[in-house]
Amino acid sequence: MGKKTFALPYIVWMIGFTIIPLAMIVYYGLTDNSGAFTLDNVAAIMTAEHSQALWLSLGLALISTLICLLLAYPLAMILKSISKNRSSLIVFIFILPMWMNSLLRTMAWQTILSNQGILNLLLEFLGLPTVQIINTTGAIIFGMVYDFLPFMVLPIYNVLIKIGQDKVEAARDLGANGVQTFFRVTFPLSMPGVVSGITMVFVPAMTTFVISTLLGGGKILLIGNVIEQAFTSGSNWHLGSGLSLVLMVFILISMAILAKYDPEGSNVV
Amino acid sequence: MKNAMKKIYLILMLFYLYAPIMVLVVLSFNESRSRVVWGGFSLKWYEDLFTNSMILDALKTTLIIALVSAAVATVLGTLACLGINRMRKTPRTIVMGMNNIPMMNAEIVTGISLMLCFVAFGITLSFKTVLLAHITFNVPYVILSVMPRLKQTEVSVYEAAVDLGATPIYAFFKVVLPDLMPGILSGFLMAFTMSLDDFVITHFTRGAGVNTLSTLIYSEVRRGIKPTMYALSTLMFVSVLVLLILVNVRPQKKTDIIE
Repeated sequence: MGKKTFALPYIVWMIGFTIIPLAMIVYYGLTDNSGAFTLDNVAAIMTAEHSQALWLSLGLALISTLICLLLAYPLAMILKSISKNRSSLIVFIFILPMWMNSLLRTMAWQTILSNQGILNLLLEFLGLPTVQIINTTGAIIFGMVYDFLPFMVLPIYNVLIKIGQDKVEAARDLGANGVQTFFRVTFPLSMPGVVSGITMVFVPAMTTFVISTLLGGGKILLIGNVIEQAFTSGSNWHLGSGLSLVLMVFILISMAILAKYDPEGSNVV
Repeated sequence: MKNAMKKIYLILMLFYLYAPIMVLVVLSFNESRSRVVWGGFSLKWYEDLFTNSMILDALKTTLIIALVSAAVATVLGTLACLGINRMRKTPRTIVMGMNNIPMMNAEIVTGISLMLCFVAFGITLSFKTVLLAHITFNVPYVILSVMPRLKQTEVSVYEAAVDLGATPIYAFFKVVLPDLMPGILSGFLMAFTMSLDDFVITHFTRGAGVNTLSTLIYSEVRRGIKPTMYALSTLMFVSVLVLLILVNVRPQKKTDIIE
C-alpha cells in the first residue's frame, strides 16, 4: 500500500517552501545591507520602542489566552454533553463563521464597540454608564479572544470526548464529589488538549498585527505591527527579519515551557 | 437548573461568535454607507455587487487560489501520508515534525519567510507566489486529517485484493481510496476554508495588483469599507449555511431508512 517515495514530492516541497524560507529569515536577520554579519537587527529589540511593543504583545497574548481558556473549557464540556455523535454541530459553530471573512468580522466589532456603537446604545438604553473601549488594549484583547476562541475549544473538545465516562464514574463511585472528580480526573486527562489549545491561541495572539490595526486605532503598536511596518512602509527587511528571529525565539521558549505540562508530548489539533 | 445554566452559557457563547456576523448581515441592507447609522432598508449594495469589477475580480482570485491550492495540497498531502505511513519511526517523526512547522509558526513569520525566499531567488511576487504560499500552509491540514484515516485502514484488505489478482494501482483505487475518502474530503474542505480566510500570508506574498477579498478589505479599512463587501460576505455565508444544512440533513435520512 504505497511506497516511501510517495512522500518525496512533499518532502522536497517542505524543504523548498518551509525550511529554506526560514533559513532566509535567519540570513537576513543576521546581516546588514552589504551582506556582512551583524547582530544589530536582533539587538534592535532592546530599543525602548521595540521592547515596549514586545512586552505589550506578550502581556495581551497571555491575558487573551487565559480568557480563552476560561471561556472555552466550560463550552467544550457542554458541547461534549450535548453532542455525543453530532460532530456536525461543532462544524456549524466553529467552521461556519470562517466563511465570513475574518477581517470583516473583526471590523464588525469596531461597529459594536465604538463610542456611538451598538454596545453603548444598549448600555444607554438600560440606563447604564457607557464605556470607551474602542482603540484601547481592551478592544484588542476582545478581538483576540473572539478570533482565536475556536482554536482553544476544538482541541479541548477533541480530548474531552475521548475520556471514557467509566473513569469519571469510577471516581464518583470511590467517593469523589463533582469538583474533586473534575480537578483530579477530568482536568489532568484533558491536559494535552489544553496545552495544544494554549499554543494555538498564544502564538497568533502574540504575533498579530491585524487585530491591533483594526481595533487599536493604529496607535497601539504590537511587535507584529513593528515587524509588518519594517517590511512594508519602512522597507527595512534586515531589521524586520532580526525582530522576527527574536519573536521566533520567544515562541520556541513558550512552547518548551508548555511542553513540560503535556504528559504525552502529543499535539492534539 | 444545571441544564438551564448550560443552555444559557451555550446561547451566550453562540451569540458572542455570531454577533459580528449578524451586524454585517444587517449592514449589508443598510441604505446609508455609515456603519453606525441605520438609513433604511435597501438592496442597492447587492445591485452594486454585480457591477463592481474590483470586488468580483478579488472574489475570482480568492476562489481560484482556494480551489487550486486545496486541490494540489490534497494530492500532495495524501501521497505524503501513504509514504510517511511506510517509513520507520525516526524519519517519520522528522517529517511529521517538519509538517507541524507551518501550523505552529506565526503566520507573519511564514509570510515574511516566503516573501524573502521568493525575492532572493528572483521570483517576482505575483498571483503564482500567493498560490505557492497557500499550497504550503494547506498541506499540513490535509495530512492531519488523512493520517488518522490511513492508520485505521486495514492493510490486509489491500493485500487480499492484490492476492486476488488486482494490480496495486487498481487495488489502491478500489480498496484503499474509498476508505480514505472521508479524511481526504475533510482535509480538502479544511484547506479550502483556510485559504479562503487567509490574510497575513497573502499580504506578504502577493504581487502588485493581485487582490484577494482579504487584502482588498484590508486596503479599504482606512477609507471605510464599501457595504458592497458586506453584501458579498452575506451571500457567501448564506450559501455555505444552506450547503451545510443540505449535507447534514441527507445522511440522517439514510440512517433512518436503515434503522
